Amino acid sequence: MVEIIDHDVLVLGTGIAGLRAAIEIMRRGEGKVNVGVVSKVAIMRSHSVGAEGGTAAVLYPEEGDSFELHAWDTVKGSDFLADQDVVFDFVRAMPREIRLLEHWGLPWSRRPDGRIAQRPFGGHSFNRATFAADKTGFFEMRTLYDKLLEYDNWERYDEYFATSLIIEDGEFKGFTAINQRTGNFVVFRGLAGIIATGGTSQMYKFGTTAVGVTGDGVAMAYRAGIPAKDMEFLQFHPTGLIPSGILLTEGARGEGGHLKNKNGERFMKKYAPEKMELAPRDIVSRAMMREILEGRGVKHWSGLEYVYIDLTHLGEERIKERLPLIRELVLKFQGIDIISEPALVRPTAHYTMGGIHTGPNYQAMFDDKTYVRGLWAAGEVACASLHGANRLGTNSTAECLYSGALTGAQAFKYVLSKREKGTNPSSTSITTFAEKEQKRIFEEVLGRERGEDPYEVKNELREMMDKKFYVFRTGEEMAEGLKKIKELKERYRKVRTSDRHKEFNYNWLHVIELGFLLDVAEILATSAYARKESRGAHYRLDYPKRDDKNWLKHTLAYYTPEGPRLDYIPVRIIAWKPRERKY
Amino acid sequence: MSKEIKEVLVRILRTDNGRSWWAEYKVPFFEGMTVLDALNYIRERLDNTLAFRSHCRMGVCGSCAVVVNGKPRLACNTQIARLGTDVVELKPLYNFPVIRDLVVDLVDFFNKHRRMKPYLIRRDVKEREEPTREYRVTPEEFERYTQFTYCIMCGACVAACPTVSADNLYPGPQALAQAYRYLADPRDEGWEERLRIVDDQHGVWRCHFAGACSYVCPKGVDPALAIQLLKKELFKYKLFKRRKKASEIVPPPEVKAPPKKQPPPFDYEFNIEEVIKYERE
Repeated sequence: MVEIIDHDVLVLGTGIAGLRAAIEIMRRGEGKVNVGVVSKVAIMRSHSVGAEGGTAAVLYPEEGDSFELHAWDTVKGSDFLADQDVVFDFVRAMPREIRLLEHWGLPWSRRPDGRIAQRPFGGHSFNRATFAADKTGFFEMRTLYDKLLEYDNWERYDEYFATSLIIEDGEFKGFTAINQRTGNFVVFRGLAGIIATGGTSQMYKFGTTAVGVTGDGVAMAYRAGIPAKDMEFLQFHPTGLIPSGILLTEGARGEGGHLKNKNGERFMKKYAPEKMELAPRDIVSRAMMREILEGRGVKHWSGLEYVYIDLTHLGEERIKERLPLIRELVLKFQGIDIISEPALVRPTAHYTMGGIHTGPNYQAMFDDKTYVRGLWAAGEVACASLHGANRLGTNSTAECLYSGALTGAQAFKYVLSKREKGTNPSSTSITTFAEKEQKRIFEEVLGRERGEDPYEVKNELREMMDKKFYVFRTGEEMAEGLKKIKELKERYRKVRTSDRHKEFNYNWLHVIELGFLLDVAEILATSAYARKESRGAHYRLDYPKRDDKNWLKHTLAYYTPEGPRLDYIPVRIIAWKPRERKY
Repeated sequence: MSKEIKEVLVRILRTDNGRSWWAEYKVPFFEGMTVLDALNYIRERLDNTLAFRSHCRMGVCGSCAVVVNGKPRLACNTQIARLGTDVVELKPLYNFPVIRDLVVDLVDFFNKHRRMKPYLIRRDVKEREEPTREYRVTPEEFERYTQFTYCIMCGACVAACPTVSADNLYPGPQALAQAYRYLADPRDEGWEERLRIVDDQHGVWRCHFAGACSYVCPKGVDPALAIQLLKKELFKYKLFKRRKKASEIVPPPEVKAPPKKQPPPFDYEFNIEEVIKYERE
């Protein structure tokens, strides 16, 4: 018999979005609805801590900013693939989120007069990046974590690794998980669920994210019949540190940093004469790769080619005050002090614009019309189409806060209304499902002692993704990549788990994660190969133009045993028609 | 130094079911290699059974603190070339129960942090949950507490603390530094409650000011200083019944003529108030 843990609401994932959702439920009526907060890492370890630059919000309309302007920047940045109703709701909710966090203790950087400070950021036409030095995500996490400790009606499940979602008759029932501490299999059962497991970019080798960002949420939803939307749009952040790919914040350019090629030229003047280094990320990344491909990059001992980001003209004081983490990171990983020398950077896999298909309210959907009852997605894992084909910097932590609050509020109300109707969970079918999953996890994955080396399969996948699905793509290369993914999926069926232990068996978890990674990579590859145009982060050398006539639509990828089946739904355009995108 | 190293000997104190032993691994060295890189190499290539935590790879999530050649540090933040030796000796954090290999039990550590009421306490509850604008924080006030906000809860300070090893009811440098962090925040009104929590026989007075916590902190936080400042606040509180006035809401900035920056006109007519109405008060 499997262990069952019951809660009214289950929050899976403890980054900014997950914590914000849990807090929203608590502050709406502590004692009324209890929450289980589940994460495969300890709460404070989620990768939201890695966010650096800031969070966008219109705080000073008095000084000329407006919701319409923030909305326009977001829509234009998205290359017109954003659903505009979502954009408007988002920009209007953000000032309140910033002030809530301020009131809960976040040390936002300040103006000399004691008000909250904001700085410029790529693609925004007003200085609206609210920041806390260059550790914005970290401070948001700390503030939300500490705030959550004020409440009692929740339970933390640190280091529980979710393996599959349970959806029955279009309704969320719970999920299965491994308690890493004991190695035991458990079933979490809830009336409502909020998935906030983050992105997928660990399918790339050169990337910014934590090792746990393996697309678990997207893959689990996909396997449970919920489509993955717009997965071909994966953002490459322009400034990844050589050689590992970790992030050098866009805030460095916001503070005035310059990108230079090997001849010391500020090359952005060729690609975005007006915005220069503060053009959106897709444009800056392409400019950098053009420079490199045309021979104006520099080769590193690791084989990677790079360009420079020069901050030396900012001066010691400003760097120490505004970019302390960046200085520390570059010093540790490149042995370079950015006060006196430029750092070495190239575009790095960063953010998943796509994700679990949701409606404008972040509730998961099966198609254009049918909602999954009792299930929401929040933060990076969700695709409500706020970012379209390219996200603006500082809109991600902002979306985490916004969607966390929004989904928490809805889950809270949903549980209250569901209780009134007096439904009781059906347990027999859950047990059948759980037993099947337990068999898969224990007998098929943990039980296979000999076979392919999982780390080798993972490495081949990530090296291939870095080559075939990077900043510039072609149909031919993507077809080869897709073929390679199919081969790796075949080999994955024979992959071994050498560690026989139950407690903290990371080898076992890595094998399960690799399965998720292969699924999300296959979705990305299939969706990207099918989209015969260039839009936002998806740029094809063989189709270099945006094609609004045929491709102004969202991709939905559905699970089938043979691989993803694609479908398309329209973009909701309520304010601005697509037009040429110039910076 | 780094140029000559070809291979590193990594010795790890491993534990399984209460049984401990030293395991040795030879790891090829590359320029810029961190202790975490070595651990990953071992787990992926030499021994799949090695258990250790890691996540962000950039010194900010706090997962990978271990004892490296005698000193608690973050594995991801420690360059092997700078250790000055090609022998790397790794042990699980001191002062924490070991579960397996380098994985330790952090439950008590997290609970001690929670006991400090690590959140702003305000009397204006309505404003706190339905904000109008921000509370004022001047640059000087900001300076007073900001270094203590850098704590990533990795546990290195607790592992280094001689008092923790003698008294397991002592909250430890991490929790106490956080008590001070909120107490020194100009927006907070909960200082009295927090002072009472730390003022007992297992509280701040147990600190002998060894300073080891500050020495090992990978983020430059100075918990030893925070604890001394807590003692000072307690003295002041007991002698003079110190009062603190919490900061108040800042009014909006003076309206100048705002620069006109307008998006293009809408192509369609719609009412911005009625776009979506999900759950926003």
